[in-house]
Amino acid sequence: MHELVVLSGKGGTGKTSLVGALAALGRQQVLCDADVDAADLHLLLDPDILERHDFYAGHRAVIREDSCLRCGECLDWCRFQAISADFQINPLLCEGCGVCWTLCPAKAIDFPENLCGQWFSSETRFGPLVHARLGVAAENSGKLVALIRQEARQLAEARGLDWIITDGPPGIGCPVIASLGDASAVLMITEPSISGQHDLERIAALVDHFRLPSFILVNKADLHWPMARAIRKFCDVKGYHFMGYLPYTRDFIQAQVEGKTILEYDSNNQIKQVVAGLWKKLRQEIHQLNPPEPSKATARAARP
Amino acid sequence: MIISIASGKGGTGKTTIATNLAVALGEPVQLLDCDVEEPNAHLFLNPVMYRSLDVHLEVPEIDPARCTYCGKCREICQFNAIAILPNAALTFPELCHSCGGCFLVCTEKAMISKNRLIGVIETGARGPIRFVHGRLRVGEALAPPLIRRVKAETDNGVLTIIDAPPGTSCPVLAAVWGSDLVLLVTEPTPFGLNDLELAVAAVREMELPLGLVINRADVGDRRVHDYAAREKIPIFLEIPFDREVAETYARGELMVEKMPEWRGLMLSLFERIQAELEGGRLRKAAAGSR
Ligand code: SF4
Ligand code: SF4
Ligand code: SF4
Ligand code: SF4
Repeated sequence: MHELVVLSGKGGTGKTSLVGALAALGRQQVLCDADVDAADLHLLLDPDILERHDFYAGHRAVIREDSCLRCGECLDWCRFQAISADFQINPLLCEGCGVCWTLCPAKAIDFPENLCGQWFSSETRFGPLVHARLGVAAENSGKLVALIRQEARQLAEARGLDWIITDGPPGIGCPVIASLGDASAVLMITEPSISGQHDLERIAALVDHFRLPSFILVNKADLHWPMARAIRKFCDVKGYHFMGYLPYTRDFIQAQVEGKTILEYDSNNQIKQVVAGLWKKLRQEIHQLNPPEPSKATARAARP
Repeated sequence: MIISIASGKGGTGKTTIATNLAVALGEPVQLLDCDVEEPNAHLFLNPVMYRSLDVHLEVPEIDPARCTYCGKCREICQFNAIAILPNAALTFPELCHSCGGCFLVCTEKAMISKNRLIGVIETGARGPIRFVHGRLRVGEALAPPLIRRVKAETDNGVLTIIDAPPGTSCPVLAAVWGSDLVLLVTEPTPFGLNDLELAVAAVREMELPLGLVINRADVGDRRVHDYAAREKIPIFLEIPFDREVAETYARGELMVEKMPEWRGLMLSLFERIQAELEGGRLRKAAAGSR
């Protein structure tokens, strides 16, 4: 099984539109929207949600007013300034470290599990989709990313599907790190701007940490050709696979407005050709880099 | 006054608004770039940087000569950063949230205070603008502590503009917390609307006043406008799509320097922000006197 994770570092470069287009090209795949705190892929794929699950992660401390001695110790212990002078814990600031709960002399603090969001297992016209919705201002997005990738993997195995295409989160922090472990390859989509280039360098450095093969695509290339070419050069110097340029077009937005992927929105053949070529090349390269392993069942059987 | 500029969806023009607003004001202002995962404001502002500071988190290391393997530190740690075996104690500094719990519970003085580098804070200036940003170390997972350090640089009493990270989860909360007003920059597309709704919910959870900037206001559809009307969220500014803006941005230049009309746009935006805050104060006073 292969998992292609699509990342961008910077937001707004067309990552989700591209994932939608790749989805529309194949049927032998599980789709995974790991951009859990601003998930958008479902807007293109119109999923039928088959399963909903609550996502609990970590805990939050709550002081029981009637038991509290008002000794003030917890104010000193809490390194996250979550406890106010009148002994209320702000759930938005509480890190869930449990120090106050463990040490309170009056045992006046409860520490319930924290509902951080929901995740869904769905069916779309392009195959199964695993997606999620992080709670408002919630934490633990990294854990949620890890969880839905795990679910996508199990689903792919159960259905005998070879590919997982994962729409990754922006940035380089905790949820992105959680989207990279055990991936087969990373496709980065950027734009030819000074910030697009800067963010690409940082996300590519992170992907290098994980020793994963990197493929890079420049969207909206004609907005600034000198920068688009500079990014291509950067790929050559660093040994990343440069996958080509896409032109700036409002068709991506028009397709989005109609709830379609760009491949179903039929005004732009150029984009279709580039994306189809890209997918073919990606599949070949990834197959070469990760030759199909003997399946787990045969590996197990081979063991003495 | 602290104004945070945020957006659920990335790439809607947050940094463009933050930098151009700061420059257009032409008065002492501080700009804090709290998007520490992908800090970009400096690329447009080109401030002269004069100070750089490494930021560390305190993490534990266990002294095997003192440790009795009692396991108390492992019990208090909620982040699985400590493992105690019958004859060995291990710490996993990269998982540590630096809550200090293990230091508090170890009675054997076996906890040694060590540091984990999480990033750097750099300070600079450009004319009357004081500039601070954080750069998360590549490979570091925890952005919020670095964001809080950037914000600790705030010089109270000076107008502060915060360029927040995209999304709606903990890094955004860390950046926006304590602001007087949140400006959400969005675009009128289905993705823009979906992410805007999430961002509005997060800002409302923090009980902060908010207003919208709709960027590329003439692409896509009208659903963002309808949503704002329904939710009674004021639209402070609409900016139509303009290829020249996109190109100016791509080159790393400021609109206010290349396109004179932008200075007026930014100043009118600032007036709307002030009026909104003033209105909020009046409403509060009226509610209080009732
Ligand atoms: S430590 Fe416990 S008893 Fe003391 S103020 Fe905090 S909650 Fe109350
Ligand atoms: S659990 Fe930790 S972060 Fe939350 S209030 Fe207690 S000490 Fe503070
Ligand atoms: S609390 Fe101290 S003595 Fe006990 S296991 Fe931890 S380090 Fe060792
Ligand atoms: S400081 Fe807190 S998070 Fe870090 S190892 Fe100690 S108990 Fe765990």
